[in-house]
Amino acid sequence: MADLRINLTGIPSPNPFWLASAPPTNTGYQVQRAFEAGWGGAVWKTLGDPIINTSSRFAAVHFNGQRVAGFNNIELITDRPLEVNLKEIYETKKRFPNHAVVVSLMVEPKREKWHEIVKKVEAVGVDGLELNFGCPHGMAERGMGSASGQQPDLVEMQTMWAKEAAQTPVIVKLTPNITDITVVARHAVMGGADAVSLINTINSLAGVDIHTWNTVPHVGGKGAHGGYCGPAVKPIALSMVAECAKDPKVSVPISGIGGISSWQDTVEFMLMGATNVQICTAAMHHGFRIVEEMIDGLNNYLDDKGIAKVTDLIGQTVPKYSTWGELDLNYQVVARINAETCINCNKCHIACEDTSHQCIDRLTDANGKAYLKVREEDCVGCNLCAIVCPVDGVIDMVEVQGTHAPMTWNDRQKALARKNSESSEMEAV
Amino acid sequence: MDNHKELTRLTPEAFANNFAETVPGLTRKAAMEESNRCLYCYDAPCIKACPTSINIPSFIKRIATDNLKGSATAIMDANPVGASCARVCPTEELCEGACVLNDESEPIKIGLLQRYATDWAVQSGQTLFKPGPSNGRKVAIIGGGPAGLSAARELARDGFAVVVFEAKPQAGGLDTYGIVSFRLPQSISLWEVEQVEKLGVEIRTGIRVGVDVTVEELLAEYDAIILAAGMGNVPNLGIEGEQLEGVYDAIEYVEATKSDVPPYPIVGARVAVIGAGNTAIDAATCSVRLGASNVKMVYRRTKDEMTAYDFEYEFAKQEGVEFSWLTAPKRILGDSFGRVTHLECVRMELSNALGKDGRRIPTPIEGSEFLLPVDAVILAIGQKRHHGLIDLLGLEHDRGVVLIDETTRGTSHPRIFAAGDIVFGNGQGEAMVVSAAEQGKQAAYAISRHFASSSFHSNDSVAI
Ligand SMILES: Cc1cc2nc3c(=O)[nH]c(=O)nc-3n(C[C@H](O)[C@H](O)[C@H](O)COP(=O)(O)OP(=O)(O)OC[C@H]3O[C@@H](n4cnc5c(N)ncnc54)[C@H](O)[C@@H]3O)c2cc1C
Ligand SMILES: Cc1cc2nc3c(=O)[nH]c(=O)nc-3n(C[C@H](O)[C@H](O)[C@H](O)COP(=O)(O)O)c2cc1C
Ligand code: SF4
Repeated sequence: MADLRINLTGIPSPNPFWLASAPPTNTGYQVQRAFEAGWGGAVWKTLGDPIINTSSRFAAVHFNGQRVAGFNNIELITDRPLEVNLKEIYETKKRFPNHAVVVSLMVEPKREKWHEIVKKVEAVGVDGLELNFGCPHGMAERGMGSASGQQPDLVEMQTMWAKEAAQTPVIVKLTPNITDITVVARHAVMGGADAVSLINTINSLAGVDIHTWNTVPHVGGKGAHGGYCGPAVKPIALSMVAECAKDPKVSVPISGIGGISSWQDTVEFMLMGATNVQICTAAMHHGFRIVEEMIDGLNNYLDDKGIAKVTDLIGQTVPKYSTWGELDLNYQVVARINAETCINCNKCHIACEDTSHQCIDRLTDANGKAYLKVREEDCVGCNLCAIVCPVDGVIDMVEVQGTHAPMTWNDRQKALARKNSESSEMEAV
Repeated sequence: MDNHKELTRLTPEAFANNFAETVPGLTRKAAMEESNRCLYCYDAPCIKACPTSINIPSFIKRIATDNLKGSATAIMDANPVGASCARVCPTEELCEGACVLNDESEPIKIGLLQRYATDWAVQSGQTLFKPGPSNGRKVAIIGGGPAGLSAARELARDGFAVVVFEAKPQAGGLDTYGIVSFRLPQSISLWEVEQVEKLGVEIRTGIRVGVDVTVEELLAEYDAIILAAGMGNVPNLGIEGEQLEGVYDAIEYVEATKSDVPPYPIVGARVAVIGAGNTAIDAATCSVRLGASNVKMVYRRTKDEMTAYDFEYEFAKQEGVEFSWLTAPKRILGDSFGRVTHLECVRMELSNALGKDGRRIPTPIEGSEFLLPVDAVILAIGQKRHHGLIDLLGLEHDRGVVLIDETTRGTSHPRIFAAGDIVFGNGQGEAMVVSAAEQGKQAAYAISRHFASSSFHSNDSVAI
């Protein structure tokens, strides 16, 4: 049994699995049920001045028979009075002293407002605070959530205000609805953030009903943009986590969020620099018990690999995540099709023929049996055939020995620059 | 009337081929597709339909997330013979029958997924469980079948020192010796035995309680005993000719095929199987695979009353087995060498009178006797009870079915508990591997509870 404990900027937790601030963490009843089910921590549903939520609020994108590939919502922050939430937070922490109870906050960008709420919340005994600069709808119209999260100086200033009053660690939750997430992350750090968490939801419209011409979801026939989350957003979230992890100016721990629904996703986020993960949609889809499968899978994975503690995963892949200019232009892979296990669906052939480099031939062997073969000299190693192949292990992308020594774009530019300067020096002589 | 043909035995190659597992396991792709189809229901009906309450949605989610060790552990935790059950459980009557997708599309292939995960465990060579810290108590288990093994495993996990006494050369009970190899290879059952042994359980094979060791010795040496001796061989029909050469006991007949080519000359034979339960089906399909030219099942009632499961009936039909319904055997005829030549049968009809079991009573149609030319007759009309052993133990029973208290699993003796086929019958449960496993678990828990609440510490201070 591996050691699954983590510590996010001074907030200890029995395992890396936290519920993200969202409907699953709306009440003490829910958070306590979650802890009983095995969750290591929870970020309480965002507190602030109570709002009114709409009905309906959620929609999902189902993909080819699998439900909830992506999830869309137009819900705002908590709609329950602050006092009620505070009482339940107190009770929850008392019952579960070893679990991480972090409370998400969102108030108007005013110094006294931040001081006031930070003090009130810390007074009931919490492990940390998360500042919600991410909600892309409803709160943004009021100058909060992503509206302030998209302005680096506002993020910095509000973080500072929160930090002025805070005794516990402050996590800043970032919006992905921005061109370069590291800019905001850096400003959060400059404001004194102890950690950043990302991502919040991505601007989205789940769909349009082609019969009623209403938006999905709609509120009495009218719609508004919502926030997208669930499995579909994972690659976006992962890249943003990676960008922050490799930026030396974002020098604080990261809590990874966005589309995580299995232990494998968790491992990926941790390898990419997250200290722990937060999950919303997967819990909404399956209930709190899903964490059992995540804990068991993570534990078996670590045991199998002989890794004693989960924290040893953190950031291991970050050094491998570089820039395009650092990739070896002479590295080469080619596709190889295993004719024994190939089921002859011809999907790789047509993908390559129509949309890549026309190098998968349809041949017939001596017994008249059809088979597919890659002309390796023409293959550019794009992976497309292996991607469309429906059977595991039929198409391998194998490394071939290039004729040239490794050379990156940056090396090349440097070499060219050197040549140019050498020749100009010569001319100068 | 000597119509005897020269019959032979299968070559080892043909035998190996015919007795290899029929149903292929899932490929990884199939397992992924199927496991991702599972809805992961909450409070799932499949769990309730499984006698051992395996957390099915959980083990399936673990397959879908490439955690085969976790999946196999979830299965084997609830069911110590979960790899055998994956193959022999009547899943359409149990978990798969309860799947909520039955009416919506297709039930999830739970049995095959269970096999996929446990096959991984068998191949990985991993030990899935650990024994508990010793509590200083000793339990003897009579019989190393599914019930005995399950009890042993749970007791070992709870810190008991466990010794299993098994009459046969290997443990596993009917999983090892009774269910045909092409449904359940012996290696699977033996892996389950090994998993139990790895918890420190000692299995003394070749020891028949009552013969090689006395009941008194066991009672003196152990704090408690679990009786899990199953049932015996097939009883006699009580008709003429049962002693002839070519008349077989179905249990022995199948057992002989479990490890090697059996000594029976069946290639080209005409075989009559008497009975229509699980054992009869196994004996019939076994005969087909041993090379019989014709296999007929002779049953005195109709298809509706037979006790074999639908899937077994379908499988037998596919294998080419013929069914003679409403046909009862009267006597077996032989030639001058004492070899079977004919089975004399009589046609039956169902009367309107109902028997004790609620089934209509068959009665012979007078003058409808006829002769069936056969080379072999296999008797499969049920299994005998262990009267001798039960009497040695001095237990109360109803016609060989040991009487127990459902909640304490205790017999009429305060330190003897019972589980499995030995308590099956007369309204108690159904003879299935999975129910034997569950009963074994329950007997183990009953013993744990018994000692947890008793203040006695060692066996000599226990009041009898
Ligand atoms: C041919 C056949 C096919 C079957 N097919 C299926 C099927 O497809 N699915 C299903 O669920 N069930 C099936 N069953 C039923 C299933 O096998 C039994 O219900 C199950 O094995 C009962 O387990 P058990 O542990 O109670 O008894 P057993 O499996 O009979 O084990 C009892 C053990 O006790 C040993 N023993 C007996 N007396 C003594 C003694 N005095 N001392 C020491 N050891 C002793 C025996 O050697 C044996 O190993 C089938 C049964 C038969 C006969
Ligand atoms: C219905 C709904 C409500 C949410 N409310 C909040 C919120 O109040 N505060 C917040 O910080 N994030 C909120 N989120 C965003 C989640 O915390 C999380 O960042 C996002 O859903 C991505 O994670 P996931 O893919 O695991 O769902 C909400 C998400 C959903 C689906
Ligand atoms: S899940 Fe269904 S029942 Fe529950 S609040 Fe939402 S719409 Fe209502």
